Amino acid sequence: MAGEATSGPTFEPMHQFGIHPLFGGDTLHWYTISNVTLWMGVAVILATLLMVISTRRRALVPGRSQSIAEILYSFVHDMVVDITGHDGVKFFPYVMTLFTFILISNYMGLIPGAFTTTSHIAVTAVMAMAVFLTVTVVGFVLNGVSFLGLFWVSSAPLVLRPILAVIELMSYFVRPMSHSIRLAGNMMAGHTVINVFATFGFYAIIAPLSVLGIAAMYGFELLVCAIQAYVFTILTCVYLRDALHPSH
Amino acid sequence: MATPATTEAASSGTMPQLDFSTFPNQIFWLVVTLVVIYLVLSRIGLPRIAGILAERRGTISGDLAAAEELKQKAVAAEKSYQDALVQARAEGAKIIAAAKAEIQKGLDAATAKADAQIAAKAAESEGRIAEIKAGAMDAVAEVAKDTAGALVTALGGQADAKAISAAVSARMKG
Repeated sequence: MAGEATSGPTFEPMHQFGIHPLFGGDTLHWYTISNVTLWMGVAVILATLLMVISTRRRALVPGRSQSIAEILYSFVHDMVVDITGHDGVKFFPYVMTLFTFILISNYMGLIPGAFTTTSHIAVTAVMAMAVFLTVTVVGFVLNGVSFLGLFWVSSAPLVLRPILAVIELMSYFVRPMSHSIRLAGNMMAGHTVINVFATFGFYAIIAPLSVLGIAAMYGFELLVCAIQAYVFTILTCVYLRDALHPSH
Repeated sequence: MATPATTEAASSGTMPQLDFSTFPNQIFWLVVTLVVIYLVLSRIGLPRIAGILAERRGTISGDLAAAEELKQKAVAAEKSYQDALVQARAEGAKIIAAAKAEIQKGLDAATAKADAQIAAKAAESEGRIAEIKAGAMDAVAEVAKDTAGALVTALGGQADAKAISAAVSARMKG
């Protein structure tokens, strides 16, 4: 991807996504404290500040920070209840964890110089696979073999049902891919575009345009960060509904 | 996991996202992060917010109930006030009627007394008028007799006092 920048700016828009050990060293073991660790740690701290510290006063009339926590809580809680029904509430902490982590990580990635953990397919794929496995396991545990009814479209004509079953089965297994690539791809694309604009700013004549482009893209990314966190969460709820109520 | 990667090995030329040597590190820290956030949220954050929201809902519905109760009380107070007003009005009307009756009684007595006095006065006056009338008749008869006697004498007759008196009396009756 990186250009052969022989003269002028070094064109390395993907460099920002690099993973390296935080305290020197060349090797990256699975336990090495890396920039991933740093920014995920910051995400944990922010999540705690947002959801726990802000509500410590348990004010009846909430302040600003407590209002944010309450709005996020109600937003995700209503989403879970609306989509999965009341028996889906037991998955609410799980969904809320994913939402909080993705939202905070997306927005932290907009800090200049920050590392965006959710721009990595490894991160989003693990979360998507966790959702996929949860849905599959819960679906079979709760419904037994009748969970397979998810693939048997009983409202379609009998002749079409086997064909639809194949399509449904394929779409089911494609879910974790689309689920994870959507989030990582969006984050990566936005950051790459900003980086490319910034590289153009090397030339004084394009620099004003470059700054404008970065500002516009940054505003757009502010939207994308929230939307992608929302999309990932709502898809999680939709998939969970299949596990709880598999009938079409 | 077994093969530690060389840092930035593929930083130029390929996407770091597809550098599989960094996957174990990312996945390990992601799992740690998600577990910590999950524990923090499910043990502390979410139950606390749920408690706050439930408490607020309870307080609001409690306040609404109290307001409803106060409203009922206000309505009852107004009703009792209206009742008292109606009662006071009735009481007042009764007192006015009693006073009126009292006054009427006094008035009737005074009127009767005045009527009696007026009647007595009128009777007295009538007696006096009759007396005066009678007196006047007598005087008229006297004058008539005298005149008749004088006329008779003037005409050269002999005035018979008795005959003249009888004639005058007969004339006056007619």
